[in-house]
Amino acid sequence: MSKKPVAKKTAKAAKARKPAKKPAAKKPARVAKPLKAVTAKKPAKPAKAEAAASARKPKLRIATTSLSGCFGCHTSFLDIDERILQLVEIAEFDRSPITDIKHCGPCDIGIIEGGVCNAENVHVLREFRANCKTLIAIGACAINGGLPALRNHLDVTDCLTRVYCDRAGGKNHTVPNDPELPLLLEKVHPINEVVRVDYFIPGCPPSGDAIWKFLTDLITGRMPRLDHELLRFD
Amino acid sequence: MTDIANTLTVDGQTITFEPGQTIMQAALAAGVFMPHLCYNPEFKPHGSCKLCTVTVNGRPQSACTIAAMPGQEIQSDTPELNSRRRVLLQMLFVEGHHFCPGCEKSGNCQLQALGYEMEMLTPHFNHFFPDRGVDATHPDVMIDFGRCIMCELCVQASRDVDGKNIFALAGRGLASHVTVNSPSGKLGDTNLAVTDKAVEVCPVGAILRKRVGFAVPIGERIYDHDPISVKALEPDEA
Repeated sequence: MSKKPVAKKTAKAAKARKPAKKPAAKKPARVAKPLKAVTAKKPAKPAKAEAAASARKPKLRIATTSLSGCFGCHTSFLDIDERILQLVEIAEFDRSPITDIKHCGPCDIGIIEGGVCNAENVHVLREFRANCKTLIAIGACAINGGLPALRNHLDVTDCLTRVYCDRAGGKNHTVPNDPELPLLLEKVHPINEVVRVDYFIPGCPPSGDAIWKFLTDLITGRMPRLDHELLRFD
Repeated sequence: MTDIANTLTVDGQTITFEPGQTIMQAALAAGVFMPHLCYNPEFKPHGSCKLCTVTVNGRPQSACTIAAMPGQEIQSDTPELNSRRRVLLQMLFVEGHHFCPGCEKSGNCQLQALGYEMEMLTPHFNHFFPDRGVDATHPDVMIDFGRCIMCELCVQASRDVDGKNIFALAGRGLASHVTVNSPSGKLGDTNLAVTDKAVEVCPVGAILRKRVGFAVPIGERIYDHDPISVKALEPDEA
């Protein structure tokens, strides 16, 4: 069972690396040049204006997490590509694989991928609900349980016994019961069966374009809608 | 009296119909889409899914079973009716096992396509997660009962077109389900052929031909580009 934390770490590390690389590679190349050009002409003004603007309007805080999901929706979120630079101009990330912050603080938007399959998922989900003004379920697992919910017609104890105790070749195998391991729930639940959810972005995963359309609609105060090409259940 | 024009209006649009047509038939022939799931133009309508419910002169009626009559004022594509249709779809989604990412029918499924059409973003209700089982005993056809929406089209097709009477609906209310007419209750013990109409007619992913799943790539499936409201009006589509 040491597999789980390791897998989590590597997934987080991979996520942390990706966005770090992208802006690092692009920012100096794209942003530095116009900045130089600007500073040559008007050194102080744009900086002042920006500072004034940001002082007037605090940035939106966005938190994201994956419960029992595959991080596919987060990967798809990164498919908004360089538009993430537009996003960070008006928003900053709270808890997210991008920041590696462990607990969610007060946020404007919380984005949840994955269903609820264990006790830890319930705690994380409730923490998000308590802190986020708007909670968005993203992807099939958060909306209908998805792939993990395929275990819902099986008996959990039977599954665990078969996997950990009945395998050939092993002796004295027991179901792992380290207190650090979150207990599995009897059934996997969509997140709206545990907390109130404000918006849903279906898809497995929803495309980067769908996520972008939905978020921009929401942030600019329009009714979020997805056209036929962007609305997918698969 | 014979001079009364055979016209009615759907959402204010005047439509000419042939006497004997249902409202659904008249609308589809005139190029007006009405959402439907259990209705198939090739079969006798029975009005069970209620998705095609419209208001006829203010009263809710199933468009697929009510005869078109002169002067009917019909409302179909209204926010109120569409939100009721969305709730019907949501109940169908939570009652069965409709996990689109894992279904061969995805992209060609009428239930899914109507979900898109009605902008159903979530099934909303608590999921049943039923365990209705899979019957893969037939060499060429499988049936996943969890995906069945009890539209009864396979029952009709097997009885009226194939002449085999292989499928039937059994049970009542929540317990109603499709059964297979063989001594063992298994599909493998019937004379079902892969070419039977009953296999082709399933609007969802319940009855599937084996070994053809995912043969059509994503992007080329029936509802990948055009919504069902466009596809249903094309001459070769149901």
